[in-house]
Formats: sequence, C-alpha cells, structure tokens
Amino acid sequence: MKKKDINKIEQEMKLANSGLSEKEKTLFSNARPAPVKPLNKYLEKFLNWARAESLWILGYGTGCGAIELRPLMTSRFDIFRYGIAPRPTPRQSSVFIIGGYASLKTIKRIVRSYEQMQGPKFVIALGSCTINGGMYYDSYYTINRIDHYIPVDIYVAGCMPRPESLIAGFDKLKENIKAGECDGMNRYAENFDWYKNNQKKIIKDWDMPDYNW
Amino acid sequence: MEEILKELKQRFSIKDPEKKRDDLHFVKIEKKDTIAVLTYLKHYGGFTHLAFLQAVDRIEDEKFQLTYMLYNYKLKINLAVKVLIERYQAEMTSIHKLWAHAWQYQRELKEMFGINFPGSPRVDESFVLEGWSEKPPMRRDFDTLEYSTKTYYQRPGRSTNDPKKYMKKKLYKNFAKSPDNGRKNG
Ligand code: SF4
Repeated sequence: MKKKDINKIEQEMKLANSGLSEKEKTLFSNARPAPVKPLNKYLEKFLNWARAESLWILGYGTGCGAIELRPLMTSRFDIFRYGIAPRPTPRQSSVFIIGGYASLKTIKRIVRSYEQMQGPKFVIALGSCTINGGMYYDSYYTINRIDHYIPVDIYVAGCMPRPESLIAGFDKLKENIKAGECDGMNRYAENFDWYKNNQKKIIKDWDMPDYNW
Repeated sequence: MEEILKELKQRFSIKDPEKKRDDLHFVKIEKKDTIAVLTYLKHYGGFTHLAFLQAVDRIEDEKFQLTYMLYNYKLKINLAVKVLIERYQAEMTSIHKLWAHAWQYQRELKEMFGINFPGSPRVDESFVLEGWSEKPPMRRDFDTLEYSTKTYYQRPGRSTNDPKKYMKKKLYKNFAKSPDNGRKNG
C-alpha cells in the first residue's frame, strides 16, 4: 500500500466530532476506543478478583430506581460491607447503575458519563424500564432498551427492585467478573459504530465529542 | 368569597362559577377579559399568588383550555380561572408582567402544547425536550405509541395485562359492578 492510502485510512479511522465547533475540536481527542486484551491467565484472574471486590459505583441516579440507592448506601443495607462504595465522579468509579427509565435528555448524560469512566467498567441496569421500557414503553421521550445505547452486564428486574435484589445483582456481577465474563467495555469498543449510530439516531442535537475520553 | 365572585360578575362576563370545596372555586371567563380579570383578582381580590398555569387539549371542540390557579393567602382559598382559546395557531397574552414566574409555565406550554405567548421571556427556548422536532407531544393528536415504536427499539416478547379484565378474572369478581366501570376512556 502507498503511504498516501495509509494516511487516508488512518484519517477515516478518526472520529469526525462533527457536533463540535472548530475551536472545540482541538480540545477533544478524536481517537476511537480500542478493545483491551486480557493479560496472561493467572494475572488476569487475580486482577478480576480484585476488581470484583472493590466495586465503586457512580452516584448518578437516572430514574425512580435511584431512590433505592439511598438505603443501599446508608445504614439500613450498608453496601459498604460488600466492598462497594459510591463515588462522586465518573473518573473514579467502575460500576454504573442505570436506575430505571432513561429519557432522551438523560441518555445523553449517560453516554457521556459512561464513556468518561475508566476501564474496566461495568453496567447494572435496574428495573423493567431499562429492559423493555416497562410502563413507559409507549412514552415519546423514554427509550425502551438501554442495551442498544450502552452495553449492559447485569439486569435487575422489577418495578422497582428492592435493595435486596440489587444486592443479589451485585453478587451476580461479582461472580461474572471473577469468571471474566463482563466484557461490556470491549463490546462497546468493538461495536462502537453500531452504538454510536443508535445514539445519534435519537439524540438529535448532538453537541459533544463522538467519544468522551 | 361570595363577595368577590359577586363583584367579578358585575364587572366581567363570567360563566358557571362552581364550588368544588370550601376552599376551591372555579370560574370560566372570556379570552378578551383574561388580563383584566387576573389583574382585578390580584390587586383587589387578594389573590396574590399564581399557583400554576396549565392547559388541557379539548380537541373535540378545537380548543385549548387554560387554567390559571390563584391563591388567596388571607382567605386561604384557591380560585381556578378557566379560559378557552382557539386550538389552531394557539396564542395567548403573556401574564409575566403580573406574575414574573409565569414565564416558566408559558415556556413549558409553548413546548408541550405549542401555545405561543408573544413577548414572554425565553419562551422559545426548549424546556425539557432537547432537540425536539416533532409536533408538541402533549397535543392529543400526537400518537406517542406510534412515535415510540418508530424511534426506539422494542424488545420482543413483551406482554401486557389489561388491568380491567385481569382484575375481573382474578381478584375482584364484583369489579364489573363498580361505578367507575361504565365510564368511557377510564
Ligand atoms: S422500572 Fe418501575 S420503578 Fe423502575 S424506573 Fe421504571 S417505572 Fe420506575
């Protein structure tokens, strides 16, 4: 291949960031997310154990289900017993709990926060609204399936699920992480175009970078 | 309250005053009187507080019904003032000079029902919907199920129970006799 062609392909691999103004374009990266390969078997196993035992959740509640996070974090259910702690910013957290329905306005923030979280990151989707729209299935402003917009590792069904079921969900998540099955982040990177297409189909006023590093 | 209503009746054309509770009254007025009635109520009737401004889409009559809910702190009485306006190219006088916070309600009505309030501050900015390009969603001829099916991805296998049938079958055998059941549209 000629050097010119390679340059061209590289250029196409870059994100267009067309939602940004010329000035803002210089401020954001235009590289794509890349899948991360697991390390060698034993090291990865150890790391997965460590990841599973220190889940830090992003304190961002998106729907009615977020009300269940308060008793979970405070003395009644005290999630800290399980090594799970709420964190204030996406950069510090590894678990994103989608607490129920996501409206268009929220999904925009969800995508932004999810992309800003550092890997490895996991998503728990709470409540029937995230699974198939729940009682808002016919609403004009509520999306029906969250898994078309961001990758989901665990669903907790119910409307709304009690903190106990959420704890059960965390247990399942830990199991899956230890088994090395929670690869949502890689799925996102591999099917990046598909996810972006879905997101851009509904978010009409796209005014953020294509990928928020 | 009776006195205030009497005074109102003498000054403006008022239709079917209605007493729902001791502290909740309804009156209907004409569109052209709106500002006059509201100003009168605010400055002479003691209804100094605008609790909310909402709209109802009366699509059968081709009208929007606006409800101004006022509150009198001295008498502790709510008074709802209802106005009918045309549905086609709906437009209403802004009341942000009477109650400054009304601009926010008007902005919401503009977005959700498409009722214009010329001169109201920031009325054209989006309120909760971001990047909305369809018909205002609270209008009753906007089909939200159709829009949702078209726009969002449905997960197959979803099933629904009609609550009425389900309750009749399972729990409340006498549900068919309950007074609510004959009503149209729930
Ligand atoms: S599943 Fe139920 S509780 Fe959860 S967000 Fe939806 S409606 Fe609310």
